[in-house]
Amino acid sequence: MTASDTHRAIDAVWRIESAKLIAGLTRIVRDVGLAEDLAQDALVAALERWPESGVPDNPGAWLMATAKHRAIDTFRRSERIERKHEELVPELRERQETAVSELDAALDDDIGDDVLRLIFMSCHPTLSREARTALTLRLLGGLTTDEIARAFLVPEPTIAQRIVRAKRTLADAHVPFEVPRGAELSARLSSVLEVIYLVFNEGYSATAGDDIVRPALCEDALRLGRILAELDPEEPEVHGLVALMEIQASRLRARVGPSGEPILLLDQDRGRWDHLLIRRGLAALERAEKLKGANGAYALQAAIVACHARARTADETDWRRITSLYDALAEVAPSPIVELNRAVAVAMAYGPAEGLELVDALRSEPALRSYHLLPAARADLLEKLERFDEARVEFERAASLTRNLRERDFLLGRARANTNDI
Amino acid sequence: MRVMVIVKANKESEAGVLPDQKILTEMGKFNEELAKAGVMLAGEGLQASAKGARVRFEGPKKRTVIDGPFAETKELVAGFWLWQVKSMDEAIEWLKRSPFQEGEVEIRQVFETEDFGENLTPELRKQEREVGKRAAANAKR
Repeated sequence: MTASDTHRAIDAVWRIESAKLIAGLTRIVRDVGLAEDLAQDALVAALERWPESGVPDNPGAWLMATAKHRAIDTFRRSERIERKHEELVPELRERQETAVSELDAALDDDIGDDVLRLIFMSCHPTLSREARTALTLRLLGGLTTDEIARAFLVPEPTIAQRIVRAKRTLADAHVPFEVPRGAELSARLSSVLEVIYLVFNEGYSATAGDDIVRPALCEDALRLGRILAELDPEEPEVHGLVALMEIQASRLRARVGPSGEPILLLDQDRGRWDHLLIRRGLAALERAEKLKGANGAYALQAAIVACHARARTADETDWRRITSLYDALAEVAPSPIVELNRAVAVAMAYGPAEGLELVDALRSEPALRSYHLLPAARADLLEKLERFDEARVEFERAASLTRNLRERDFLLGRARANTNDI
Repeated sequence: MRVMVIVKANKESEAGVLPDQKILTEMGKFNEELAKAGVMLAGEGLQASAKGARVRFEGPKKRTVIDGPFAETKELVAGFWLWQVKSMDEAIEWLKRSPFQEGEVEIRQVFETEDFGENLTPELRKQEREVGKRAAANAKR
């Protein structure tokens, strides 16, 4: 093995082990920031030693043992300092002693629960949505700050700062390293699911930049979702979210045309859909339904995308069922965006005029004021009703509202098409 | 990226001998680890080639069916996984952790859409230029 081979192997080991490592260490030291530092120290040690010694047979155990030694060193060092204040804070010293002796035993335990605890911690609602997302990608997704910065088109120092501040906030708020139970669980779980779906959506329909989709982000989100579904298999909404992401991801390669332009769902070449992901998605949806979760917000959205996945051609789409699923969704998770989608489904099931009536009712909705898909949907329905002038104006308005360059070009193209028709 | 991990046949698998309890348990644990890491997309084991068939193609019309079993045991596929990984190195690291004790297991990269990118580009660039010209012509009208 050359040095660069070893470095690539270390990267791969890090990707496999880092979340488990950080999770296991967080349990011991009760501080996610310190845990990550210790894990990083172990990584640095590997980078120093493995090129000479070769990658050990059990690299994960090697990293854990190294991090553990660093942890003990750290405790001993702070213990020496603490000793001077011993009379002031005897319980602190005691706690550290217990922690050191717990290290060996604890590290052998089942690590899966620790990873689950780490997910809940990184997605704690005390953190802003941006902070949760950055921290989760960093600690659980194994992404570097640079990779996260590039994914969200944000300068790297901003992300680095966000992560540092997030870790400090968690420490200051004494957020416990545990899986929430009882009444707290559902709120905390939805915070986790929100973060994962946010990452997915940023990959699936990039809000800004040159590309319509960034599949790598979708893959990161899917991976997190799949991990969560294995670690917390009794939660129907987890499977609902996984189902939703699997089925949406199945269309990724059909969603973008050869020159990077978006292709709308009904115009997509269904032969290019990924049937492995569709099958996985339908299976996940079935799991959600078996756990009596058919009425969860994610399961309902998954059921909607499943309607499309099951239709062999666009004409076979069961729009009436989609409309009724949107009715149910509007009840459990009411939002203007759900209403907009429902209006589009109604238009497909019962005609553009009925859809337009519903869309028009949403025009005064403040939350949708700068949402480009409202005028885009309106324009589409106006076009179908052959009201080309109005359609053009609405397409232009939609184009002016999107920050995604590909989408803007696409919308301007549709605006032009309505000019030619006059 | 996706990789296919291809497990080759051996005398036992070709004889239709099922793996013993110990191997099944170890493999089950490995599969669980893969699933918990979000790596496993699919995986199947294949029955002995004695239950398989081949179709040989010669020219546009001629097709000959050959029934199993097939001779070259070590070259036969006995099972496969599809994994979602970040790199070939990650796939290698995972495979090293599998409980196999002998033989070779192969990792192959699955084609992604991007892999066809260069084949498509020149023609599509041309197409794009044509569209651009037409749009410009329309604008002048």
